[in-house]
Amino acid sequence: MDSRAIIAELPRLRRYARAMLGDRAAADDLVQDTLERAWSRFAQWRAGSDLRAWLFGIMHNLRVDQLRRGSLPTHALDDEAGEVPTRATQSDRLEVMDLESALRQLPDEQREVLLLVGLEEMSYAEIAAALGIPIGTVMSRLSRGRERLRQIMDGRQSGANLRVVR
Amino acid sequence: MSPLNITEDDLHAYVDGALAPARRAEIEAYLVLHPEDAERVRAYRAQNEALKALFNPVLVEPLPDRLHALTVQPANPTVNRKKWPNLKSWSWQQMAAGVLVATLGGVAGWLGHGQFQGAERMAQAVPLFRQAAVAHVVYSPDARRPVEVTADQEEALVKWLSKRLGTPVSPPKLGALGYELVGGRLLPGNAGPVAQFMYQDATGLRLTLYVTTENADRPETGFRFAREGEVNVFYWVDGQFGYALSASSAKGELAKVATAVYDQLEAKK
Repeated sequence: MDSRAIIAELPRLRRYARAMLGDRAAADDLVQDTLERAWSRFAQWRAGSDLRAWLFGIMHNLRVDQLRRGSLPTHALDDEAGEVPTRATQSDRLEVMDLESALRQLPDEQREVLLLVGLEEMSYAEIAAALGIPIGTVMSRLSRGRERLRQIMDGRQSGANLRVVR
Repeated sequence: MSPLNITEDDLHAYVDGALAPARRAEIEAYLVLHPEDAERVRAYRAQNEALKALFNPVLVEPLPDRLHALTVQPANPTVNRKKWPNLKSWSWQQMAAGVLVATLGGVAGWLGHGQFQGAERMAQAVPLFRQAAVAHVVYSPDARRPVEVTADQEEALVKWLSKRLGTPVSPPKLGALGYELVGGRLLPGNAGPVAQFMYQDATGLRLTLYVTTENADRPETGFRFAREGEVNVFYWVDGQFGYALSASSAKGELAKVATAVYDQLEAKK
């Protein structure tokens, strides 16, 4: 683990944390905690093993700890203000707003797997190793998360903050 | 689930491109006969694409100083648990690294600030150099699947990308400069398909050439340079084509390669 390797992984860690938490400052806090813990334990990292999976695993454990302590605000399912800032890269902003608020409505464990697969393109086996769960659990969370997201998007159930956009 | 014994897991592995070709063909045959599952597969793929479109811009956002500081080992990682590190406790190496990267981040931030202000601007097309830089950051570090079609099938690659872009495109030869073609892939641009070719030198350093045809209404330009996060980009518009060459190499080295690319494209005209 050296600075160059860390710098190479940082953009992906930030992207994932942002997608997971929605809020930029909270996401960077999580990345910062992840890096601090990684440095304090880097003796445990074996050179040549997958640095990315190791860092995502640390981030996952930190988040589990935080949720257990209740230090993070939790949202009721229909309490989505949808004020999350978006950096739209396509003209259909309406759809982008929907996706972000729909993601917020997924249970943490489903959102996590869905993002590691769809956004980070990690293999199912890598995700099972990073999260410390059986691969069958990865698949069932993925299946439930994708289907739930599809239904939310289809039904536009998120509706709290829809805006008409050109 | 079916006579072919296709499971829910198979459908997800199909969505994620994680199946061997033979199994993939079986799923495709199955989906023809099962439109509801085919619709789910289509929706799940669209989810993957939409997630990337939404969150990929984070990849090239400038790093905040507090994260820069942690790209080198903290002097005392177990004690320093504050969100904002105490300046006095920084080692000189951290200070030096922080100043260097903050300077680079500042440049990227300045380049980027105009594009990320206001809802109206956000909905506008992403500029060529940023699209190229994001594509570079996403695919060039990928050890397993950096390209869709590898260089040993260059003929098929050229044929496919030319067909999809609706005009002949082919990868320049950069072997003389020490860069061999890894392969290429098709990507979504602002309004249609774009192509990305990837090269690699003997040390494993990768550079990518992004080719778009979405430039009919843009004026031609000479070489322009942009820095996005850790990525340097040379880009130019020539006729209907926009080109962007991205790498983490030094600006001078990248300029040399960009000139070679430009010369080869001119020679083909």
